[in-house]
Amino acid sequence: MTSVDTRPAGVAGDRARPRTAARPGRPGGLLSRARGGLPTLVFLAPMLVVFGVFSWLPIGRAVVMSFQRTNLVADPVFVGVANFQQVFADPLLWTAVQNTAYFAALALVFGYPIPLVAAVLMSEVRKMRGLFSALAYLPVVVPPVVAVLLWKLFYDAGEDGVFNTILGWVGLGPFAWLQESDIVMPALVLEATWAAAGGTVIIYLAALTGVDPSLYEAAEIDGGGVWRKVWHITLPQLRGILLVTFILQIIGTVQVFLEPFLFTDGGPANRTLTLLLLIYRYAFTNSLGGDYGAAAALSLMLAVVLTAFSVLYFRLTRSWSNA
Amino acid sequence: MSARSDRGLLAPTDWKRPSVKWSARIAHGALLAGLAVAGLGPMLWLAKAAVTPTQDTLRRPMALWPNGFDFANLAEAWTRVEIDKYFFNTIALAAGSWAVQLLVAATGGYALAVLRPRIGKVISGAVLATLFVPGVVLLVPLYLTILDPPLVGASMLNTFWAVWLPAGANAFNVLLMQRFFANLPREVFEAARVDGAGPYRLFWSIVLPMSRPIIGVVSVFAVIASWKDFLWPMLVLPDPDLQPLSVRLPVLQRFVELDVFLAALAISSLIPIALFLVFQRLFLNGASLGGAVKG
Repeated sequence: MTSVDTRPAGVAGDRARPRTAARPGRPGGLLSRARGGLPTLVFLAPMLVVFGVFSWLPIGRAVVMSFQRTNLVADPVFVGVANFQQVFADPLLWTAVQNTAYFAALALVFGYPIPLVAAVLMSEVRKMRGLFSALAYLPVVVPPVVAVLLWKLFYDAGEDGVFNTILGWVGLGPFAWLQESDIVMPALVLEATWAAAGGTVIIYLAALTGVDPSLYEAAEIDGGGVWRKVWHITLPQLRGILLVTFILQIIGTVQVFLEPFLFTDGGPANRTLTLLLLIYRYAFTNSLGGDYGAAAALSLMLAVVLTAFSVLYFRLTRSWSNA
Repeated sequence: MSARSDRGLLAPTDWKRPSVKWSARIAHGALLAGLAVAGLGPMLWLAKAAVTPTQDTLRRPMALWPNGFDFANLAEAWTRVEIDKYFFNTIALAAGSWAVQLLVAATGGYALAVLRPRIGKVISGAVLATLFVPGVVLLVPLYLTILDPPLVGASMLNTFWAVWLPAGANAFNVLLMQRFFANLPREVFEAARVDGAGPYRLFWSIVLPMSRPIIGVVSVFAVIASWKDFLWPMLVLPDPDLQPLSVRLPVLQRFVELDVFLAALAISSLIPIALFLVFQRLFLNGASLGGAVKG
């Protein structure tokens, strides 16, 4: 490293400020004369404005709003915890909490083991591995709205629906997939899993290439068979990433909106009414004008729970990527 | 090196055992078949149904063109149902979101990683903190911000800016760019400075050209995310003339014949799938990043 920073001011730039130039030895102070100067501000400006107006400010506003009675006509009024009380008094809240938990749990049952098994198998593929990953990832790039509308057709309740036709070949059905209160949620989760599993497979595949082969060699010297290697080496080595995908999935599925909104709009009989659908209804489909306060209060409560998950996630990825 | 990385879970000696070899082959064959049916099947069905008359799709959904093709569906969807308009709206939304995201992430990442202002740590922290805030929190207050934005004075409802600008507030992009810039060899920067390059020249002529890989990743993420977006454009673009495909398709379903509607669905999937096929490596590398830093 040459001592570029100690050159006299003015050699290559002219925006030197004595304050910054006087501290040449700071680590990374390569462009020390630009520190805090006009160019830095120019480069920071887009980020500060966009994050300020469309992220930091609204986040702050969300907290304030949840304690206000707000509509677009009158000035907002502080109402204490009335919004929270109103949300808790809503019998639909508990329906939505149960449905959301059910969706998240089913999504774990469907969507957690399958990508792992697929990825472990795929990592042993010697030829055409690219074809395997491309096929697995294809549903992820299909626009979600297209996927849901297409699957809605597949789920047609008539004998001539796509799934009912296929099941009819083996003598099953027909099923009223989206109308029957017991199978509607699994049907939604099946589509959501189809749409998302490919991404998880790719994450696992990347993690599997990071497993040190010498661990397998050591296990072989100890006489371990294939299953013992999977159980004692592969899975423990993936422990970190398994936890990460678990948390990512919880954060994603608890905020599910598209599937219940487009497949069933919360029906039948509120069986697929999820928390986000309820928030959406509070704010945007209220015939008396948006109940923004209640929507903000419920969003905030949901966010606190999810943020705890996010923080956990971040700590894990940190320790995991440093390891 | 090759000897090491050639092997995974199964040792070369394992592969020589017939029982292992054949179970692996059978498992891989079954997996490939399963992936083809699950991954490709629905899209192939859509491609077929897009050029099949409505009655055939309804009565015999799994039959292959029992009564011939109906290619007119595609043209009809494109012109009469005005898919062309929504298609170009989708492209305009994706292009603008991409430009804003790239501008914000590249300049912000450069300032934080290379220029390193005194308050850089604070700003970094504030940007990073938004990764922890779930999207649901922003829904209502961001909508109200669009209705009555500070400084602008006029509602941004029914303008593309309502989609473009919030897309820029993406901490994941900034983080990716910042990390990439911070890992560029600083000797190059120093040499450029000796040659008289200021911060602007350094950004434009040195840092950006060296950062093509990360710009590619961020671009793919930006375009695909915009193409997928549904709830937000639905809220801020109530005017049907401005809506993208994702918002318009559920409405069209109610009054367009099935065969034309399926043609519209097929057209809507075309660009993302084509992008994926062309930039496969970029997509898959980007997807595996998800486990490392995505929030």
